[in-house]
Amino acid sequence: MALRQCAIYGKGGIGKSTTTQNLVAGLAEAGNKVMIVGCDPKADSTRLILHAKAQDTIMSLAAEAGSVEDLELEDVLKAGFSGIRCVESGGPEPGVGCAGRGVITAINFLEEEGAYEEDLDFVFYDVLGDVVCGGFAMPIRQNKAQEIYIVVSGEMMAMYAANNICKGIVKYANSGSVRLAGLICNSRNTDREDELIGALAARLGSHMIHFVPRDNVVQRAEIRRMTVIEYDPMAKQADEYRSLANKIVNNKNLVVPTPLTMDELEDLMMEFGMMDEEDVNIIGKTAAQERQLIQMVAAGA
Amino acid sequence: MSALTREKAEGLIEEVLSAYPESLRDERKKHLMVNDPSLEQSKKCITSNRKSQPGVMTARGCAYAGSKGVVWGPVKDMIHLSHGPVGCGQYSRAGRRNYYVGYTGVNTFGTMNFTSDFQEKDVVFGGDKKLAKIIDEMEMLFPLNKGISVQSECPVGLIGDDIEAVTKKSSAAIGKPVVPVRCEGFRGVSQSLGHHIANDTIRDFILERELDEKFSTSPYDVAIIGDYNIGGDAWSSRILLEEMGLRVVAQWSGDGTLAEMKRTPKVKMNLLHCYRSMNYISRHMESKYGIPWFEYNFFGPTKIAESLRAIAGHFDDRIKEGAEKVIAKYQPMVDAVNAQYLPRLKGKKVMLYVGGLRPRHVVGAYEDLGMEVVGTGYEFGHNDDYDRTIKEMGDATLIYDDVTELELEHFVTKIRPDLVGAGIKEKYVYQKMGIPFRQMHSWDYSGPYHGYDGYAIFARDVDMTVNNPCWKNMQAPWKRS
Repeated sequence: MALRQCAIYGKGGIGKSTTTQNLVAGLAEAGNKVMIVGCDPKADSTRLILHAKAQDTIMSLAAEAGSVEDLELEDVLKAGFSGIRCVESGGPEPGVGCAGRGVITAINFLEEEGAYEEDLDFVFYDVLGDVVCGGFAMPIRQNKAQEIYIVVSGEMMAMYAANNICKGIVKYANSGSVRLAGLICNSRNTDREDELIGALAARLGSHMIHFVPRDNVVQRAEIRRMTVIEYDPMAKQADEYRSLANKIVNNKNLVVPTPLTMDELEDLMMEFGMMDEEDVNIIGKTAAQERQLIQMVAAGA
Repeated sequence: MSALTREKAEGLIEEVLSAYPESLRDERKKHLMVNDPSLEQSKKCITSNRKSQPGVMTARGCAYAGSKGVVWGPVKDMIHLSHGPVGCGQYSRAGRRNYYVGYTGVNTFGTMNFTSDFQEKDVVFGGDKKLAKIIDEMEMLFPLNKGISVQSECPVGLIGDDIEAVTKKSSAAIGKPVVPVRCEGFRGVSQSLGHHIANDTIRDFILERELDEKFSTSPYDVAIIGDYNIGGDAWSSRILLEEMGLRVVAQWSGDGTLAEMKRTPKVKMNLLHCYRSMNYISRHMESKYGIPWFEYNFFGPTKIAESLRAIAGHFDDRIKEGAEKVIAKYQPMVDAVNAQYLPRLKGKKVMLYVGGLRPRHVVGAYEDLGMEVVGTGYEFGHNDDYDRTIKEMGDATLIYDDVTELELEHFVTKIRPDLVGAGIKEKYVYQKMGIPFRQMHSWDYSGPYHGYDGYAIFARDVDMTVNNPCWKNMQAPWKRS
């Protein structure tokens, strides 16, 4: 099987790293050879696989050794649960330096060192929530990841973020082979969440590949720095991730997304009762002005 | 008798513009004009200080060049750290010929390259810790430095390193000024913004904080502002000022020191040579300390005498008499120079393309030698420069702003002047066309050209270039009839 490269994007805090590691555990359990590339200076994309707090990153090792050219692949690649290969790009602490450059450097290093030439079935890039600069778009540039999965929940901001990511995909889809492969709904137990995300996915020209229900076992496993599949293979939630993994293996639904305009997105949210009809009369009015207005109306009546 | 008529000059501009696609033609058209000395202002005739257009060759530099290369670099007893990857510092090292007196590596540092030599990891993790360490090391290795400036290269601005915080801390630790200069090369359209940024940092970190209150003054104290001592220019200027009775207490910044900058707010008058690069600090000292500033021109005896008298006009009779004495003293030397070179150079035509001052300031010197400047332009001048240029240039001469390689080549080919004066980027193009050429940035490794001493050297250099026998041998022997 040819190597499939997938990137996971989504709003910050939506559960990208947790979902990625759990689904990758599902893929590995089913016999696939998988590598996770963490593209976030926090370096928390592999902790559940390695049972580690944070693994040594390419950039921290490079800084120690002098430059990235001084590193070997085995210095940065660690094998964890079920033989999953783990690597973290790493980067600076918040507020200094250029994390985006770190991602670029790290991915170039992996390519040059032949990390992708091993007999891998899947590479998963777990990317920082906000694609703030070119560095964080690295996984979807120049024929790296071809399949983008967006983790989303039935919340307004998560959906905004998903739509924005689709705009980024369109930009790179025109010049390369990157495609939207589906939305993964990581449930927050909001009303009609599966319908809403299904509708959003349809509007984007894609599909909701799986609805991952909310289950506390995920957190219990996480405290132990484990995936659910490793911590409690019999749990119902483990089957959910296995099911997601299986759907990804068989996924043929790769599209250039059709992002929504802001108005269309808001209409969709109103349709599902997440937003009220916009009242142009209240825009820019303070609470005091509103009270005054109500009094005037009352006096007039 | 001008080499150009208005119709011919306008025709040349039309011709060269016709080679451009429409949008570029519209833009470049604004930067080319035929001079009319009766105009009051240049703004209706020429646009300047705009972004160079993609697809054309420009000779411009960057903000870092303006700050590190021009304004800060010559301050000889400070260390100027090129903060970023190694190239900017190395390729700008010791190339500008700003002469100085001192022991390099001991108490002067101008020709050395200090750089933080950014590596990939410094970009990713930030260069602030490295900067602090380098400042410590520089202080340890070169303890006689009087202060440090940190000249930002592009990556520093891209990654947002907090050089202000580092320099503040380091300055307190070493007890010397450590000046953060945000002159990242991508800022602005040319080196011009770098001059301004550098001026502002001198204001904020030297004049505001380090003022030398104890400096004992005299009524005749002046500072030379905007003379970078190329080939010794400031030295051949200061002797004239001193001979007329003034006391030059500071040179900005050629052969200059930190102590000189610190005492400048105590002078009676700032004498400004390079207006473009240091008008900012002159204006600041005028508004803050009430120090008047005066633009002078020490190229060629006509402008020198004019300037000496005008400077003296701001002082008492003693200085006025001094100025006359200086002019009289050097007149025989001027006469001798003119007697030797004027007959050999009379009527020769010159085209210039220099930076921000010389395109107008050297016109008088050529005219003193009987030559005519038929075209001139600035790499990075602003419209206040062009306002002044209109007056210096003859009617129907060409004036070109940020001239492109195509345009200048076209003008020179069609006009065939006897001399082109520009920079290293132009030099070999025109020499290979068989046109005598002199570098007007570096004085072609000669100089000084300022002052009376400089005029003698200038005249000799122009003669040996224009009348060099080599130009007669440019044609291949087999092509001779």
